[in-house]
Amino acid sequence: MIEAVIFYMFAFVLMAAAAACVSVRQPVLAVLSLILCFFNAAGLMVLLGAEFLAFVVLIVYVGAVAVLFLFVVMMLDVRAPAAEPKKRQRFLRPAFAVVTAILFLEILVVVFSSLSASDVAPVIEADFENTRLLGQVLYTDYIYPFQMAGLLLLVGMIGAMALTLTKRKEVKRQKLWDQLDRRAGEVLEVRSVKTGEGLL
Amino acid sequence: MLTIGLSHYLALSTMLFMIGLCGIVFNRRNVIVILLAIELILLAANINFVAFSSFGSLIEGQVMAMIVLTVAAAETSVGLAILVVAFRQRLSVDVSDLAALKG
Repeated sequence: MIEAVIFYMFAFVLMAAAAACVSVRQPVLAVLSLILCFFNAAGLMVLLGAEFLAFVVLIVYVGAVAVLFLFVVMMLDVRAPAAEPKKRQRFLRPAFAVVTAILFLEILVVVFSSLSASDVAPVIEADFENTRLLGQVLYTDYIYPFQMAGLLLLVGMIGAMALTLTKRKEVKRQKLWDQLDRRAGEVLEVRSVKTGEGLL
Repeated sequence: MLTIGLSHYLALSTMLFMIGLCGIVFNRRNVIVILLAIELILLAANINFVAFSSFGSLIEGQVMAMIVLTVAAAETSVGLAILVVAFRQRLSVDVSDLAALKG
């Protein structure tokens, strides 16, 4: 009973925040409602017994991804554009609306027809330790996917840096190779200077 | 209605997926909103993974969910970097301005 109440609360706020995220005009508000989505999804994961993943979602999404989005949105100075649908896109909208409506109807049918069906309850053992269980398989059975994920993050990091790195012309930079290429014989000269007279 | 089963979570994640898909299809003005909708879709996939993992009492679904999380993070960083570069070139994040490939 209480689980159902909590589920519907999280699910309702998640749906509302997701709908706001894709329909709101201002990008900052969209990112903020995406953060609300992530919080509610983390709540649902706690409800499902996946506590570690819930907090990883909070740390990764809210702590890194959403902050990255906010940073870009604020840095780019995006103005809220006026809504004007292009003419050749206009015929797409009824088609997608129909498809979406059919899919939503299907979901409703599934939900309301499966309510009487005997769904298995989530299996939570007495000594269920989510984090330990995850750690036991993540570093042994799934070590290669884990390493590939790390490699993917490395590629993403290098890609993001390589894409956004710019060289500004007006900034003076140190030319390391030019400095290291200098030889003493090319730039220095030994002269004997007579006493009382200058070089000239 | 009062016992929450697997189908509830599946319906929820399907609706979230559909909302994300609608965000990509209908809302064609802003690249940032498209990236946000992709995040929603990946979140729906994650909820699906975790629901199956929990109801089937298999931990593997949560491992896959972590990998999906990694993919989402990498995708966001590269996507936003591309967005920054495109904004520098065209001074807009409008989707219709990024039509250089159309020839």
